[in-house]
Amino acid sequence: MKIAVLVFPGSNCDHDAYHALKHVVSVDAQFVWHKEDSLEGFDGVVIPGGFTYGDYLRTGALAKLSPVMGAVRRFADGGGPVIGICNGFQILLEAGLLPGAMIVNESLKFICDYVTLRTETSRTPFTRTIPEGTRLRIPVAHYQGNYFADAETVKRIEGNGQVVFRYCDVAGNVTSEANPNGSVSSIAGICSEKGNVVGMMPHPERCTEPEMGSADGRLLFESMVSWIKENAR
Amino acid sequence: MKNVVVTPEVAKEHGLTADEYARIQATLGRDPNITELGIFSVMWSEHCSYKSSRIHLRKFPTKGPRVLQGPGENAGIVDIGDNLAVCFKMESHNHPSFIEPYQGAATGVGGILRDVFTMGARPIASLNSLRFGRPEHPRTPFLVEGVVSGIAGSGNCIGVPTVGGEVFFDECYDGNILVNAFTLGVVRHDRIFRGYASGIGNPIIYVGSKTGRDGIHGATMASGEFDEKSEEKRPTVQVGDPFTEKLLLEACLELMKTDCVEGIQDMGAAGLTSSTFEMASRAGTGFVMHLDRVPQRETEMTPYELLLSESQERMIIVARKGREQEVLDIFDKWDLDAAVIGEVTADGIARLLMDGVTVAEVPIAAVTDEAPIYDRPVERPAWQDDLNRLDLSALPAPSDLSESWLALMSCPEMADKKWVYRQYDYMIRTNTLVAPGSDAAVLRIKGTRKAVAISSDCNPRYCYLDPFVGGMLAVCEGARNVACSGAEPIGLSDCLNFGNPERPEIMWQFRSAIEGISKACETLAIPVVSGNVSLYNETMGKGIYPTPTVATVGLLEDADDRVVSWFRAEGDLVFLLGAERVDVELGGSLYLKQVHGRVAGVPPAADLAHEKRLCAFLKSAASKRLLASAHDLAEGGLACALAECCITRPDGPVGATVTNPFPESVRPDFALFSENQGRVLVSCRPADGAALLAAASEYHIGISQLGTVGGDTIVVADIARLNTAETYKAWSEGFANALGFGE
Repeated sequence: MKIAVLVFPGSNCDHDAYHALKHVVSVDAQFVWHKEDSLEGFDGVVIPGGFTYGDYLRTGALAKLSPVMGAVRRFADGGGPVIGICNGFQILLEAGLLPGAMIVNESLKFICDYVTLRTETSRTPFTRTIPEGTRLRIPVAHYQGNYFADAETVKRIEGNGQVVFRYCDVAGNVTSEANPNGSVSSIAGICSEKGNVVGMMPHPERCTEPEMGSADGRLLFESMVSWIKENAR
Repeated sequence: MKNVVVTPEVAKEHGLTADEYARIQATLGRDPNITELGIFSVMWSEHCSYKSSRIHLRKFPTKGPRVLQGPGENAGIVDIGDNLAVCFKMESHNHPSFIEPYQGAATGVGGILRDVFTMGARPIASLNSLRFGRPEHPRTPFLVEGVVSGIAGSGNCIGVPTVGGEVFFDECYDGNILVNAFTLGVVRHDRIFRGYASGIGNPIIYVGSKTGRDGIHGATMASGEFDEKSEEKRPTVQVGDPFTEKLLLEACLELMKTDCVEGIQDMGAAGLTSSTFEMASRAGTGFVMHLDRVPQRETEMTPYELLLSESQERMIIVARKGREQEVLDIFDKWDLDAAVIGEVTADGIARLLMDGVTVAEVPIAAVTDEAPIYDRPVERPAWQDDLNRLDLSALPAPSDLSESWLALMSCPEMADKKWVYRQYDYMIRTNTLVAPGSDAAVLRIKGTRKAVAISSDCNPRYCYLDPFVGGMLAVCEGARNVACSGAEPIGLSDCLNFGNPERPEIMWQFRSAIEGISKACETLAIPVVSGNVSLYNETMGKGIYPTPTVATVGLLEDADDRVVSWFRAEGDLVFLLGAERVDVELGGSLYLKQVHGRVAGVPPAADLAHEKRLCAFLKSAASKRLLASAHDLAEGGLACALAECCITRPDGPVGATVTNPFPESVRPDFALFSENQGRVLVSCRPADGAALLAAASEYHIGISQLGTVGGDTIVVADIARLNTAETYKAWSEGFANALGFGE
């Protein structure tokens, strides 16, 4: 099993994703430079966080033009598991692989903090082993993590079961106080219609070991591993 | 600038004195042309030459068995075993941050990061020590917002966590804020790089951003006092591009895995000039440089502008001859400019050409070794005696001590700094074991069992009242903070912020603080391995408090030995280390300042031998896993430290009840808030109490069991009590409230 960790100019959570995969979850992980145009031989793709191209244009707007994104699209179309985290989520939105857009946090400030997420669906490769309703403690670190989509799109993704995570309080209640950035419907993560492409603002790669304050992020990567094992058979 | 005739007046406009100009004429044997004058003026500026400070800086103890690189390079390096070392430095960006807070702070962070990765180290954490004017000063909220978002904008984008620091307010900083940035990196012993232009014939390669006209004479600006026109100096402030810096970081570290590099240095203050002259000076070489080959983002730039520009994100690499293409290829991969602009020569002369025509030719040594060094007059200020006078018996006792206690907990100096650090990515790189809010931040070193603890410290009130004692106490507090985390202090970087050195009183403060730091470092065996001096922090004749910030680095051989500052569990026992220290010490205290509006008296005494034993004991107790928590008593004394232990717990506040360690004859307000040094509040599981007492006596540390953790009130004997929830609320909202940053 081999997982690609994409590296764009300005990616900065690439080492963290690599560490979580290789040294915690113990799968083969490899960095893939954004100028590569093939993901041949990989079983899963992680688009890590960062500030690709400095976020000087819209977040992700330039990274979506990199050659590797053509390969990501083909990989996703073939049903392979793809997860975009933070800036990776923003790139997937700009690439049109996921619906909606990101705007600046309601507070107009960068936010780095632990939040609680409620798992809304187990139908993705990254949540298949996480029962619906499970609360996860995972950190956020972003300036533009305020998920936005028009009412019709929100209705559609809600109806399709494309909302994967919502911000909630420690008891699991979705409240406006527990929403750190103003995201519509408290959405923290979504998936494609087929479910194999997931984007989320919180950083599971930052919390795969208890000494980091939580090991809940590990569940997502282990889920992906189990999905890959099952689908390889 | 080409046709400007150099006269003594032009030299004066460049910040050079008549004597200094005469010295340039003498050393060259002729008048300099304008380009040469520009070179001398920046290299002889206070910022680059340390001309007022150098003779005093020599007093620092800089050696030790772990020191791999002391002062004089881009950053210091200290061995942590297993072929690994930590590389760190603290640096000021005060003047630019006052003029343009966002860019000033952002480029301060960018600059210190380059100082660390230029040595071959991967930066893993940053700290910031920030000093602002009164919270109610109309400019303060703007400066706080700008500086914090500038630090966030730079550090978060580059992907180096900002894990701690200090935020302090006092009216002495109304016209001169301080922004001191610290970065620590990790480097393998065999991958350390230095700033040497060695190897005759080796190519000099420029890499990074293109050169523009930004920041010309930034170093000269940072070497002068402010006046009412200072805000007109914006064009001398550099503008940062953290994205490019991230690319530069990755490209340099990739390059350093090859063996193409002979020497490397970043272009900081005085840009192309200081980097090339310093590298040649260290190696005892000279160089030829073709300025027209420098990548440029503006047209028609003159040699003068190219040499003095402080455009950010640029480095000079001296590569091994024949390996140029490998260097260029790596920078091309990262979409960065790179150009061979010259070569190393043997004759000790800097020859600068533009389109084949020589535009400047000066001996390297004339600019570097022969820079002026001043032994400026020193005089104890006439006001010092008045300042040190404090009649405690005349101090009115507050009617409600609990109310005073709560007021201290919510004042911006003491209050929760989450408003600040929530804007910093303090978790990226997944090494942060202890996040902001404890005595020191603790970071694991991946691939080992080790961790480092880092803290930045200085109490400017103590330094104002007695800079010698204040300097000692800054070192003691730093050492105590890392020791409270379970670490052994192994090295220190300083950032010395003072007023105008041409005033004898300021030089007295400066010299005294250095002597204090030196004495404490010698006793505690903590080498000073890097640092920075920022003088002329004055506006219209009013100087800041002497502020010698120290950043202390500690090592934990086993990351699992780390200790946090907050109480962990109900029922745990609370002890006070240094409990025998019961002379009332309120000079320069937070209580005196916040409740009585005074900064006076003499600072608390420093007992270096005790501090050394205390650090050794804390490390030992941590490694035996006897400590549930350890928190140093600092501003606000026992009362504020106790409340912090109770309310900073991430799982939510907890109460505690303790006895009063002072004799009954001591006034209760003094007992609560006296700032005696060398004291630490620790807690342990009930089963470990006896072992802790025995261990303390082994180290000759006075220890007294004060009480237990638990309940929903924080109680000191029958003197004062606070409700934990109310205290938490006041503390957590105090910072935003004081600055008017409501939700």
